[in-house]
Amino acid sequence: MRTFRLGGIHPPDNKITAGSSIRELPVPEQVSIPIFQHIGAPPKILVERGAEIKVGEPIASSEGFISAFIHSSVSGKVIKIDKVTDISGYKRMAVVVKVDGDSWQDGIDRSPELKKEIKIEPQEIIQKVLQMGIVGMGGATFPTHVKLSLPRGKEADYLLVNGAECEPYLTSDHILMVERTNEILCGISIMMKALNVEKAIIGIENNKPDAIARLTECARDFKGIEVAGMKVKYPQGGEKQLIKTLIDREVPSGGLPIDVGAVVFNVGTMFAVYEAIQKNKPLIERVVTITGKDMKDPGNFMVRIGTPVSSLVEAAGGLPESTGKVISGGPMMGKALNSLDVPIIKGTSGVTLLPEAESSRKEIQNCIRCSKCVTVCPMGLEPYLLMALGEREMFERMEDDKAMDCIECGSCSYICPSNRPLLDYIRLGKVEINKLRRARKN
Amino acid sequence: MNQVILYTIISLSATGVAAAIILFLIAQRFRVIEDPRIDDVEDALPSANCGGCGYAGCRNFAEACVKAENMSGLFCPPGGNDTMANVAGILGMEALEQDPEVAVVRCSGSFACRPRTNQYDGATSCAVASSLYAGDTGCQWGCLGHGDCVRPCEFDAIHMNPETGLPEVVDEKCTACNACVEACPKDIIELRKRAKRDRKIFVSCINEDKGGIAKKSCSVACIGCGKCEKVCPHDAITIENFLAYIDPVKCKLCRKCPPVCPTNSIHEIGFPPRKPKPEPVAKTLEAGESDEPTKKEDKK
Amino acid sequence: MGFVTVSPSPHEHTQGSVPKLMYGVLIALLPAFLVSLYVFGIGALIITLTAMVSCLAFEYLIQKYLLKVTPSISDGSALITGILLAFCLPANLPIWLVILGSFVAIAVGKMSFGGLGNNPFNPALVGRVFLFISFPVQLTSWPEPIVNRLSYLDASTGATALATMKEGMKNSESIPEIMAGIPAYTDMFLGKISGSAGEIAAIALLLGLVYMLIRKIITWHIPVSIFLTVTLFTGILWLANPAKNPDPLFHLLSGGLMLGAIFMATDYVTSPMNTRGMLVYGVMIGIITVVIRVFGSYPEGVQFAILIMNAITPLINKYVKPRRFGERLEDG
Repeated sequence: MRTFRLGGIHPPDNKITAGSSIRELPVPEQVSIPIFQHIGAPPKILVERGAEIKVGEPIASSEGFISAFIHSSVSGKVIKIDKVTDISGYKRMAVVVKVDGDSWQDGIDRSPELKKEIKIEPQEIIQKVLQMGIVGMGGATFPTHVKLSLPRGKEADYLLVNGAECEPYLTSDHILMVERTNEILCGISIMMKALNVEKAIIGIENNKPDAIARLTECARDFKGIEVAGMKVKYPQGGEKQLIKTLIDREVPSGGLPIDVGAVVFNVGTMFAVYEAIQKNKPLIERVVTITGKDMKDPGNFMVRIGTPVSSLVEAAGGLPESTGKVISGGPMMGKALNSLDVPIIKGTSGVTLLPEAESSRKEIQNCIRCSKCVTVCPMGLEPYLLMALGEREMFERMEDDKAMDCIECGSCSYICPSNRPLLDYIRLGKVEINKLRRARKN
Repeated sequence: MNQVILYTIISLSATGVAAAIILFLIAQRFRVIEDPRIDDVEDALPSANCGGCGYAGCRNFAEACVKAENMSGLFCPPGGNDTMANVAGILGMEALEQDPEVAVVRCSGSFACRPRTNQYDGATSCAVASSLYAGDTGCQWGCLGHGDCVRPCEFDAIHMNPETGLPEVVDEKCTACNACVEACPKDIIELRKRAKRDRKIFVSCINEDKGGIAKKSCSVACIGCGKCEKVCPHDAITIENFLAYIDPVKCKLCRKCPPVCPTNSIHEIGFPPRKPKPEPVAKTLEAGESDEPTKKEDKK
Repeated sequence: MGFVTVSPSPHEHTQGSVPKLMYGVLIALLPAFLVSLYVFGIGALIITLTAMVSCLAFEYLIQKYLLKVTPSISDGSALITGILLAFCLPANLPIWLVILGSFVAIAVGKMSFGGLGNNPFNPALVGRVFLFISFPVQLTSWPEPIVNRLSYLDASTGATALATMKEGMKNSESIPEIMAGIPAYTDMFLGKISGSAGEIAAIALLLGLVYMLIRKIITWHIPVSIFLTVTLFTGILWLANPAKNPDPLFHLLSGGLMLGAIFMATDYVTSPMNTRGMLVYGVMIGIITVVIRVFGSYPEGVQFAILIMNAITPLINKYVKPRRFGERLEDG
């Protein structure tokens, strides 16, 4: 059975919403579309207060190479451009739109009919991906056109598609693979053309047999696409782990997937690419799983970007009395929110509500040096040591011990029998090391 | 038996002497010739190794002083002007006087003034918390209260007050070494000119939100209303991003601004109590004020 | 709903905890305890209970009155120390010696370094070696198996296989001659031999190992590398001169090797932090054990080997790093 070798854990699955089909979330009365939705430079705002905009109209244009366009997900009037608490937990710039009707911009094909034929050339694809505001939808939100523009001298021989969805609770990729199978496959073909690769592999964990079956069946009609089942193990969906699992190559420390000839995309991104290229539809909505053990009606919703989390919670039966924590994403890598007004962004794959009993951490105890954190680390790091160094602010030594290789999967903190906040300090160390590196450059 | 003891003593002594000679020779051969003034300068320093001078420790600072051509850019905050005069004397240079400074905490959002809006449950570290989110109150600028400033202080000069959840500086002990300023991820602590009798007037807030938002999250936030700016006769107060700032160099400690502040975010510390005036000062006293003992005394 | 909680990820945590791991080890020790009860009867019961109770008591008293912290005796680590200490003592040891050993184990071996997680040496071994060096006579007179179940201090004593072997070698007897005075391997495997309370039955200890491996309390690296090294090393000696050296199976089954390799060398706190380091550690323990047994003056060397390697563990942790992801073996 395919899986990566080093480390890994098996947290409980809790895929409550598996198999619940995608429902359309009604457009809310007001959306706040954050300007910071991707990794890289913030884009330049194109609209002004008071402007009337339509669905799909660009409201911010990319500034610099690593940046992305942002489009309006609703039609209505811009009522303010102001700081709004977003997923970062801080107040940052966002365009707030009061919704009025639902009129779309011309040229966007909203029909469900499948368009398989790819008519445009690789360069145009990259250009269009940029203009349609496509970013990685697995959570890291790295602008897709950057990945497509391969560095000089590098060549890709594999396109890997991440359908692992190893994060507990979340099912948005799963349902997308089942219900939008052909669209995803078509998106993959487009990306293969843009990257000029012959082979693509979709990696799916074995707890999604229906997705594997459906994709395998449909993939027969597409050239060069293979579907691979993978053993369930977290963090299989980590880019480097996925590459190891699917083509048995290890991205060197500090390297990128392209260094081993691979480019990795999420299935959600493939669907967005299909819509952008074939249907001319910018990235203005996505599938979001709303889930939690005590939720009345959890499910997978097609949500407009900028919709507040509270609307989504309402649609799923309201906020359970027992809620103790609201997480954007899943429980392993998701970010706890301090407010329900935070808008859904391009990288929001789900919202998980944890009951109060599961919200608090347990009391921290002495490290008993059991080495479980070292054993489960998928990157072969020594979390116990990195945390000790981080607490003592010895960031140079952390760098020597490869702290920057950490993918922040949280396996170490998950497994620690002494409940130590290992990842908290490693993450802090990474921030500080980045500062040191920048200072060294100057 | 006696012989055994004798032999033991003799052989051990011989080994000892031989080792001593070898060590002596090696020490002679590999002696590092160092400027003796480095030791002298180091002795003159407070040997707190706080790093306030910008060097790794007192020894490094001493080396830098000996190498330097003049004293510009070299200052030992804990030692102050006296120490630097001594150091300059040893090296035969002119000491450059610097105004003594003191650390000031620019947040007064105590538990009572700044209601909690969520519960933080991560590692007890401001750095960790601030890289995660804005904090457990509505104010994204204010103190997180996990004590990152307390830990690096070598002089026991800053403590967390468990009642307010804010750090407090002990002026007498503070040497302005800058350690807490660097440790604070929110840049709340500032070094300000130390005035006579440790008197100071400063805006105890760094909230740059619009007045309404700031006030909603914290009852003692600066709302940028500009009243203090207008009343200041020395042009020491500027308002930028809805936040007042008092320039410590221009400020003459005239005490005109604190009474006009509608949110009591301007603190005056170390002054004798104000004489009761006919002006309705009481109007400016609002909820939350009771948490600031220093201020209360001043107003009475 | 009250305030929402905000904390950095991950938001999920395993159900595992320190006490769970420790009680897992206790369960793994159960078979060996049952065998020792069967073989040594009341003596085994007395010393095991004494060691457990006194270890708990010392830990509690030191934490409460000396260190002034909340006592953490419920985590089970002091219980393990007590049982392991008792397991490597003869079942006819006077109670006061057991208590003294427990005191040294907990006070000197563990608490003086800051308690669980900070001790460089395995506390039980510190106690055992202290007793062994201070009271060699009492520590090397073991009760005869089976026959003494109802007697404690007045039990008739016998010699362990390793002691017989050492004695025979000193008198330049040949291996077959010595072997005639040593119990059969099946008895050694099942524990019908004289020896320390918990070390006698290889089968019970191996059962414990299997349990700990299944529960993922420990990994295979340390015990297996010790076994393999001992087998290999003594095998070479045996093949070179079968008349002078016993076969590897004898070494594996005799003395405290099983107990040491499975329960003491694998102690979390004092063993290396990654699998590569564990292999180095296990191999070194194997080598030192055989060196002491074959060339040294003591018949048994496992305890010393583990303590020596405990001292080297920090060095191993510093220089033997885990295999990093992306580290390519071929191009270094």
